[in-house]
Amino acid sequence: MPLDTTTPHYRRDTGSQPPVHWPDYVSNRARSPHRPLTLLPQRLGEITGPLLGEGRVGPDDHDLTVGHDGEPQGQRIIVSGRVLDGDGRPVAGTLLEVWQANAAGRYRHAGDRHPAPLDPNFTGVGRTLTDAEGRYSFTTIQPGAYPWRNHDNAWRPAHIHFSLFGTAFTQRLITQMYFPGDPLFFQDPIFNSVRDPKAREAMIARFDLDSTVPEWALGYQWDIVLRGKNPTPLEDEDDDDD
Amino acid sequence: MTETTNQLQTTPSQTVGPFFAIGLPWEDGWLVVPESTPGAFRVEGRVLDGNGDPIPDAIVETWQADPDGRFDHPDDPRGAVPRKDFRGFGRSATDVEGRYGVLTVKPGPLPTGDGGWEAPHLNVSVFCRGMLIRLVTRIYFPDEEANAHDPVLNSIDDPAARNTLIAASAPFGYHFDICLQGEHETVFFDV
Repeated sequence: MPLDTTTPHYRRDTGSQPPVHWPDYVSNRARSPHRPLTLLPQRLGEITGPLLGEGRVGPDDHDLTVGHDGEPQGQRIIVSGRVLDGDGRPVAGTLLEVWQANAAGRYRHAGDRHPAPLDPNFTGVGRTLTDAEGRYSFTTIQPGAYPWRNHDNAWRPAHIHFSLFGTAFTQRLITQMYFPGDPLFFQDPIFNSVRDPKAREAMIARFDLDSTVPEWALGYQWDIVLRGKNPTPLEDEDDDDD
Repeated sequence: MTETTNQLQTTPSQTVGPFFAIGLPWEDGWLVVPESTPGAFRVEGRVLDGNGDPIPDAIVETWQADPDGRFDHPDDPRGAVPRKDFRGFGRSATDVEGRYGVLTVKPGPLPTGDGGWEAPHLNVSVFCRGMLIRLVTRIYFPDEEANAHDPVLNSIDDPAARNTLIAASAPFGYHFDICLQGEHETVFFDV
């Protein structure tokens, strides 16, 4: 019989998440529902999800600095970390998709009107799969900050967009990774839409000398946590070792 | 025992932003099933903002069971059932008119575990510039008697709101607009 006590149930972790309504982010005002969300019980379609992997990722897709005639401008960096669920379990073989601006703060997108140069050697798109321990690694360049029109003299802190699936529809996550010590955090309504300071901090990567490659690239570490499963009686027995 | 000691805080969601189109759309994203699939139809519609304007920088994803109501997934307690030429997942960025579309087949109904059934439906995630966390909705089919007994549809008291979850028949398949705000606001779910 489906949906017995062994069926996973994903904990809501709303305290760590930004609100649906956040008018400081001006384009949110007409793009957020006025009615409250309706509670959706987690059943078969919510505890399953697309397990996309093989065939989605080319051999060099984790390295955003290759695939062009020359090397991109900017500070070469290696961003690596683990994808875990809320119970600390690694999420293995899951697809990560990233995209970002170039070193000058410009996206390779027709809609980006920031008068900063495009880099012919940088597209700003990467993909990879986590390994059995949930580890991932991207080689890229440090993205630049860029202006936008949200408020007077508004600038986005440097960031890399990350998209993840996990193993269930409930775990789908699109987020942004930020860099430590960015002076632009205080005025950014997107970063500050997360009200819990600890959760906000968790969006900032850590500089890491161990993954810094001498005479080549700076290392940053960033772990990503997807929603965890509610403990069930059966899982409690299995997890008794903590 | 109920509050496990080593629970980690979920990484916050952030907006997909205006420029996801450089990397997120896939050429075959709209193909939940291959184009040659017998009986395949399109589910199409527009993503609209609170002023009724189309949103040209949204991305819509769908997830669904196969026609037998099964998933190729280890967490399905009935067991994983692989199905050839069926991905179950669709992804479509909106065009300048706010239009998205996927090619699919109708999923089977899903047992709820307490003797009931969910009517055939697609689970939908919507992302766009201006949205900090995805919105989740569902697409139900207009020609399904099972809708009358669907526990999710029946949990919505207002008939007009409930109707926002039901697609309209169209020559190409089904039409389903996603209205983020306003008079015709689509029902969105806390999953």
